[in-house]
Amino acid sequence: MSAVTGTNATDSSARTRALLTAADPGRRRTDRIMQGLIWFAFAIAMVPLAWLLWTVTVEGVGRMSIDFLSLSMRNIFGGDPGGGIYHAVMGTLIITGIAALISVPVGILTAIYLVEYGKGWLARSVTFFVDVMTGIPSIVAGLFAFSLFALFLGPSVRMGIVGAVALSVLMIPVVVRSCEEMLKLVPNELREAAYALGVPKWLTIVKVVLRTSVAGLTTGVLLAVARVIGETAPLLVTVGVTDSINLNPFEGRMMTLPVFTYRQYQQGYAPCPAGESATCVADIAFQNAWGAALVLIVIVLTLNLLGRLVNRWFSPKLR
Amino acid sequence: MTITDSPPRAGVRPVRRRRSSDRGFNRAFRWISHGAGITILVVLAAVALFLLWQAWPAITAGGEQLATSVPRFPADTSLLAYVGPLVFGTLLAAVLALCLAVPVAIGIALFISHYAPRRLAQLLGYLVDLLAAIPSVVYGLWGFLVLAPVLTPFWLWLNENLSWVPLYGGQASTTGRAMATVGVVLAVMILPIITAVSREVFLQTPKLHEEAALALGATRWEVVRTAVLPFGRSGVISAAMLGLGRALGETMAVLMILSPGFSYSLDILAAGQHQTIAAYIAADFPESTGLGINTLIATGLALFVITLAVNMTARWIVSRRKEFSGAN
Repeated sequence: MSAVTGTNATDSSARTRALLTAADPGRRRTDRIMQGLIWFAFAIAMVPLAWLLWTVTVEGVGRMSIDFLSLSMRNIFGGDPGGGIYHAVMGTLIITGIAALISVPVGILTAIYLVEYGKGWLARSVTFFVDVMTGIPSIVAGLFAFSLFALFLGPSVRMGIVGAVALSVLMIPVVVRSCEEMLKLVPNELREAAYALGVPKWLTIVKVVLRTSVAGLTTGVLLAVARVIGETAPLLVTVGVTDSINLNPFEGRMMTLPVFTYRQYQQGYAPCPAGESATCVADIAFQNAWGAALVLIVIVLTLNLLGRLVNRWFSPKLR
Repeated sequence: MTITDSPPRAGVRPVRRRRSSDRGFNRAFRWISHGAGITILVVLAAVALFLLWQAWPAITAGGEQLATSVPRFPADTSLLAYVGPLVFGTLLAAVLALCLAVPVAIGIALFISHYAPRRLAQLLGYLVDLLAAIPSVVYGLWGFLVLAPVLTPFWLWLNENLSWVPLYGGQASTTGRAMATVGVVLAVMILPIITAVSREVFLQTPKLHEEAALALGATRWEVVRTAVLPFGRSGVISAAMLGLGRALGETMAVLMILSPGFSYSLDILAAGQHQTIAAYIAADFPESTGLGINTLIATGLALFVITLAVNMTARWIVSRRKEFSGAN
């Protein structure tokens, strides 16, 4: 009797143990399959990134030269392999610089408002609409800047400053979001210590809060600049195109790197007569486009890297 | 006299003291930062008002007047019928991109939050974010010159063997300049934002829920299915809507890849069938004058309203979720 129950008990406990320790094969299979799929999803996302960076590097590096970086496209026609992107680089730097000048003060002050002063419905609606503003299509920002300036200067207005206003509409919400996160990281003890010493609020913000978070703010601004420096559509609508160097953002059309890339793509293959093959390259426009794309990507990636490194090296260790 | 005077004086004092702390720079700084916050609201309102103001001539003009002064405006239609195919193309492109991107983005978000080695997770997150850093014009160039030729045989195969599926019918494009290619490129472009938002939500899953599932003997996938995904569902929905907003407004990739057309066709493999609002504006704006510009801005206003609605819904879901997650 006792022997029988004993064998029964060992038998069932062995079975229970087997059930508890070994996973059900069906469940284990599902687990493995899903794990595989999730790794695969990540791999899928890396394919276009690697492929795109590789293509741009390979296709663009052949066009790199001092001439390409220091000449404009003035008087370059057809398949002429001369000329360069100097006018586009300068246009991009000037327009993005003005956009940053407009949006950095507004963005940082709004972030200060949200973190240090913000209470009630105004703060809530500013937060909400900053989020909504990050989703404004870039072309709509361009149309807005155009409408704004067309009100004063007529519908044929094309200037660098119009593009800068369009870009700053896109840039302000990005600056606000990242700077807000950075200001929130400043420990409250620092503020309270300053108040306890009788420092007025504005001085606390300038000397304590901003000083503590300056690395984070720099990162936020750099990433925001990287985000708008590649915008094409608003500049196409507001700044127009030109082949010459124009360094004055308040007069006349300017060229920018993304728009240059688009224009060269648009020109397509140049007709090359058989006789003058030495000075005529049929796919020179695409080569120019890849070259400009490479310069643009190098600028964007450098800004991204710089932003991350500034934050890593210069931010105070809070813990 | 002095006795009756003193109590009000005592009452005045704290008021004065409060004033002295809100004077000079302090007050100026407070007003400036308030002003910056209000500027944001003013700018958004100005965007809406200026677009409406510039679009008004086209909205009030009759169909005949528009047909004579706007190129590509078909005779005897209204502005609504003119914008219709563009809205359809925009929605088709965005929905296509969303269908391709959401499953992959959820996978990547889970990979970074629950599957990848802890030390590598942050670095891999940066890599995904890099996809968002690449300018759209470069995506367009790459999509047109590199991706489209690679995808074309696959589209042709789909068209030949699965043409009974409504989406794959019609005359397939031999250059790949069709909506399907645009959808793939847009999907790549909106992956980072969907991934970033879903990743944040998945990381917020209460540790106790996951550990409880593990203690009941759940495998890793079962933990994800029973604890992480239900918790993050609304977050994923709003992430998808943010991605939708991005895809709706994307200009250059569509402009450079798609061969445009104006129809309500569902044949995503065919060329010359669709066009999106943003690409249409960018293509026609430089050559437009007078009422043509007003008409383009009216279509831009339609795009603005659509994206605003999508984004506001998404943000509303996110903010509502925040209130609930505080209870956890």
